[in-house]
Amino acid sequence: MAAPAAQHHLVLILARDFASRLATPVFLVDVRGAVIYFNEAAERVLGRPFVEGAGMEADEWGRLFAPTDDEGDPVGFTELPLGVAIIERHPDHRMLRIRSVDGTERRIEVTAFPLFAHEDECLGAIAIFWETPED
Amino acid sequence: MRARIWGCRGSIAAPGPETIRYGGNTSCVEVRGDDGEVIVLDAGTGARPLGNALMREPVSRVDLLLTHLHVDHLEGLGMFGPIWSADTELHIWGPPSPVASLDERIATYFSPPLFPVHLSEVPARVSFHDAPRQPWTIGSVTLSAHPILHPGATVGYRLESGGRTLAYVTDHEPALGTDLDAVGTSWISGYALAHDADVLIHDCQYTQEEYAAHVGWGHPSVAHVAAFARRADVDRLVMFHHHPEHADDDLDAMRGSVLADWPVAADRCIVAAEGAEIEV
Ligand SMILES: [Zn+2]
Ligand SMILES: [Zn+2]
Repeated sequence: MAAPAAQHHLVLILARDFASRLATPVFLVDVRGAVIYFNEAAERVLGRPFVEGAGMEADEWGRLFAPTDDEGDPVGFTELPLGVAIIERHPDHRMLRIRSVDGTERRIEVTAFPLFAHEDECLGAIAIFWETPED
Repeated sequence: MRARIWGCRGSIAAPGPETIRYGGNTSCVEVRGDDGEVIVLDAGTGARPLGNALMREPVSRVDLLLTHLHVDHLEGLGMFGPIWSADTELHIWGPPSPVASLDERIATYFSPPLFPVHLSEVPARVSFHDAPRQPWTIGSVTLSAHPILHPGATVGYRLESGGRTLAYVTDHEPALGTDLDAVGTSWISGYALAHDADVLIHDCQYTQEEYAAHVGWGHPSVAHVAAFARRADVDRLVMFHHHPEHADDDLDAMRGSVLADWPVAADRCIVAAEGAEIEV
């Protein structure tokens, strides 16, 4: 029997398709936190085209975008909404400051949730975010 | 493996003079494994004549693989002879649902008032299985089931035996929201099922013009079928799930359209016809 051909789960195919049609930034990761997809709106905020970001591991994109809280303290992967969604498998929401690739600092509000194909099968997580003004 | 088509019509049975060559029964394909396993793909109205043939042998174990529970894939089950014999061991496999078990969902149709007998009362020894997420075996045949793009829980199947592969991917709209020629193959619904298959039996419901008015209905156009066969690099394509309004001559024209977009030797693209035998 030949090795099975690589293919994303239908849930991820549909999630990517959905994200590709939204004007809101969307970031999609696999169950390890590696980048599967981000849409054009996310490209604008992150300052990096998807073709360059595809496959980035969690620690890599975590370093690249250097997320911090409002006080400037670094926020590790486990505290990011996507990290919470992947590790604790529940939705999460918070404010973050990130540095896009061109160096611009942006304050964003992020909501992430895990993607379950079955009750016991988590495929990854999806984050939706948008820039938010200073309080 | 050998496959025999007992029903290849989509949506609703369409008997009559205009469909005499390709047939009017809805989806049902018999597969025989190298060790004689009897595997049935879907139980449309083609399951009735298949059941009659099986009762003449007779066979003791039948594995029925349901792609989904739309009526055109299930309506033959009540008239499937082996289900009315206590000597039959019938295994029914189908897509899992987070809401209701497979037998509960089948019984929605197979129970009064839609059918006179409740599914739990048939004489055959019936067991129900959610199609496993990992490959599994039935005798000499290794099977895989993956969810595919169609309204409601739907799977396609890949059957492998003796180094040969049959993919059964019907009721499938792989191009919904996707340009099949632009995305990587890992982003194509059904790709892993069909990849490198010796025979791909695939939904071919719409012409290009018809598809424009049916985006999201869960079926492809001829151009999508051609692109899917090309991307999946299949050897032979069997056009299946014919629209009930398509007469025999319309299906011949659709085959011409597929071959125009997927220019391969003519014997690599065939229109499924009732009674046709396919050596995989
Ligand atoms: Zn159908
Ligand atoms: Zn259907």
